Amino acid sequence: MALTGMQIYKQLPRTNCKKCGFPTCMAFAMQVAAKQKAISDCPDISEEATVALSEQSSPPMKLVKIGSGDTVFETGQETVMYRHEEKFHRKCGLAVKLAANLSIAELESGIDEINSRNFTRVGKEIKVEFCAIDLDGCSNPAERAQTAADKSRLPIILSGEDPLPMSTAAAAIKDKRPLIYRATAANIDDFIKIAADNKLPLAVSAGTLEELADFTLKAKDAGVEDMLLSFKGGNIGEAVRFSTHVRRSALINKFRPFGYPIISEFESDSEEIETVLIAAAAAKYSGIVLIKGREAWQVTPNLTIIQDIYTDPQVPNTVEAKLYEIGSPNENSPVMYTTNFSLTYFSVAGEVERSKIPSYICVVETEGLGVLNSWAGDKISVEKILKALKDQKVAEKVKHRKLIIPGLLPVFKAEIEDLSEWKEVIIGPETAKEIPGFLNRIWGK
Amino acid sequence: MKIPEIRTTSKSRISTVTIGALKADGGTRGSTITIGGQSAMPHLSFDGESPHPPVIAGYISDIVPDWPDFLKEAIGSEINSPLEWAQKAVEEFGVNLISIKLRGGLAETKDKSPEECAGLIEDLLKTVDVPLIIWGSGNEEKDRLILQECSQAARGENCLMGSATESNYLTMAAICKADKHKLISEAPVDINIGKQVNILLDDNGFSLDDIVMFQTTAALGYGFDYVYTIMERARSAGLQGDKLMARPQLCDVGEEVWRTKEATVGEDILEGWGEARKRGPMWEAVCAEGYLQAGADILIMAHPEAIRTIREIIQ
Repeated sequence: MALTGMQIYKQLPRTNCKKCGFPTCMAFAMQVAAKQKAISDCPDISEEATVALSEQSSPPMKLVKIGSGDTVFETGQETVMYRHEEKFHRKCGLAVKLAANLSIAELESGIDEINSRNFTRVGKEIKVEFCAIDLDGCSNPAERAQTAADKSRLPIILSGEDPLPMSTAAAAIKDKRPLIYRATAANIDDFIKIAADNKLPLAVSAGTLEELADFTLKAKDAGVEDMLLSFKGGNIGEAVRFSTHVRRSALINKFRPFGYPIISEFESDSEEIETVLIAAAAAKYSGIVLIKGREAWQVTPNLTIIQDIYTDPQVPNTVEAKLYEIGSPNENSPVMYTTNFSLTYFSVAGEVERSKIPSYICVVETEGLGVLNSWAGDKISVEKILKALKDQKVAEKVKHRKLIIPGLLPVFKAEIEDLSEWKEVIIGPETAKEIPGFLNRIWGK
Repeated sequence: MKIPEIRTTSKSRISTVTIGALKADGGTRGSTITIGGQSAMPHLSFDGESPHPPVIAGYISDIVPDWPDFLKEAIGSEINSPLEWAQKAVEEFGVNLISIKLRGGLAETKDKSPEECAGLIEDLLKTVDVPLIIWGSGNEEKDRLILQECSQAARGENCLMGSATESNYLTMAAICKADKHKLISEAPVDINIGKQVNILLDDNGFSLDDIVMFQTTAALGYGFDYVYTIMERARSAGLQGDKLMARPQLCDVGEEVWRTKEATVGEDILEGWGEARKRGPMWEAVCAEGYLQAGADILIMAHPEAIRTIREIIQ
């Protein structure tokens, strides 16, 4: 966070001693604010002032790291309330929780399942990010924690509110830097001690927001650096109000006690409702969401909404400009071209797949613009299309010379036919959803 | 310790729109629905109020959509009759209103005449007594005729007609004004066009208070992020004094979700993604819940399980 000249000035000796080379402390402060001078260039700056300034200039929300070695998950250091203001920086991590009453063998198979929950969507890997294990009520916390530490490929969350099993489990696997989840009003002092003694990140909850601020300050004073603010409840309205309140406090009011990412968990008898609430919490500011259900049908929609929400809205989403084969096309299959805007490409590809007619899609580089925008922005032309067809050696793949073009740009038909070997240009539909009907009409039997 | 005051107040309110007309108001509906009226973003009751919770409209089509078998089975054999389907959606799925698409009007499907379409609307009005959202076939030329006939058939019922675009707004405004219906203003995932359609309607004497905005819906994983952000921007602009955007918003979740691979295909194609009959309704429900966070007021939904889940969450 950039500091203003006035914020810096307040921390200076205000003696106008000129030893820094500037006539007044205010003039020096302005130079520091403009990053032309360092605060250490003041020979009389006090230690408290240096600490206060570095505190003030640190990001309003802390970056918290969970895990160790190659399996570290980073969350926090967010800067905006809405993704259109800039972007959300670090995607929310889905944590799947394993119950305390599972046998060690069941726990192991649960961890295997969690390890396997990774998928590829739109060319990118999406996966479960944490293995969380419940400890309360179990007789062997250290063994359970060790099992998770040995088997999990993901960072670990130790979940429970009873200090005894938690302290045993935390000590057993502290090298893995698990998250201690979670401190409450009932256990706050014990949990702060567990986190501080083992130098581990801590999730903190409280009965009220005022109390929550007290607790994070207390934990910080005890030496706990990495914290998450914990929401647990059954109601999405409460969750959104909680997360909006603490995030606004941190980002807009620069309120340090709330300058941490959020972890959310929902209590519901219905697996469906739990799954859906997780999605809303992921969209509304949670850095981590905890879910009990580990079935793929619960995990995949949530991983997808996280992937969507945490996409950078400032960067056009593109796919590689190359020839894509949908199904197993052969020398008689249709050929079409589209733009390299991801949404256009994946809409077209999805509908071609639905048509069940194997096809070639030649993707033309349009700098991430869709069909009409690329035309308006001069990013697509007959030359570009023909060059893409040539570079991608499309003519070698098929015997025919029929080319399907986007219905939104029928104007290219005559020019393509005149200038290239593609002598039969077919104007396709204007929207992707009409593709199955269209392909079956012109290419089906 | 004392925590910061974080309340922000809005400069304006989203308009309040009522759909459906009771007998006393010249219609035949047994109930009406009212949406909008917010002075805060979703759930933020410390900023302002949200007097009318979002509603679910049951997806109905006059021809059986190209949907996976598990979805058709979940709806039941009633899917073969739009009247029975609508009745079941109201009585069993618990939807607040009905959204009917007249896809049968397309030349490629059944090429139904505008009169046939209007006949169905008349029957539908007799079969269910909740408010209606009426959409055409999807072919703009034909829909001028279809929607005109249907609008007349539902005259005085205060339906929500879909939809006015940059190219047909004059016709749609005239139809809805003549027959006293509300109107959906539609834009193709473009907030500027969304605003433009509202300007065009306003300039031509159609009251902005009778509009519900439709930014086009994207399914989860297929541009959801674009529409989510457009809706969020539109809603916050509306609350900050932009009268053109201070309108309730509609999402057609069912239409878009049920054409995606992720909602429809089995594990034979998406290996490890979970059983389609469980994954599909979750895809629809997660997508719907996501849009609720961005400021959706009407969700059009199809799968009874997804409808039930979202209904319980709204309550």
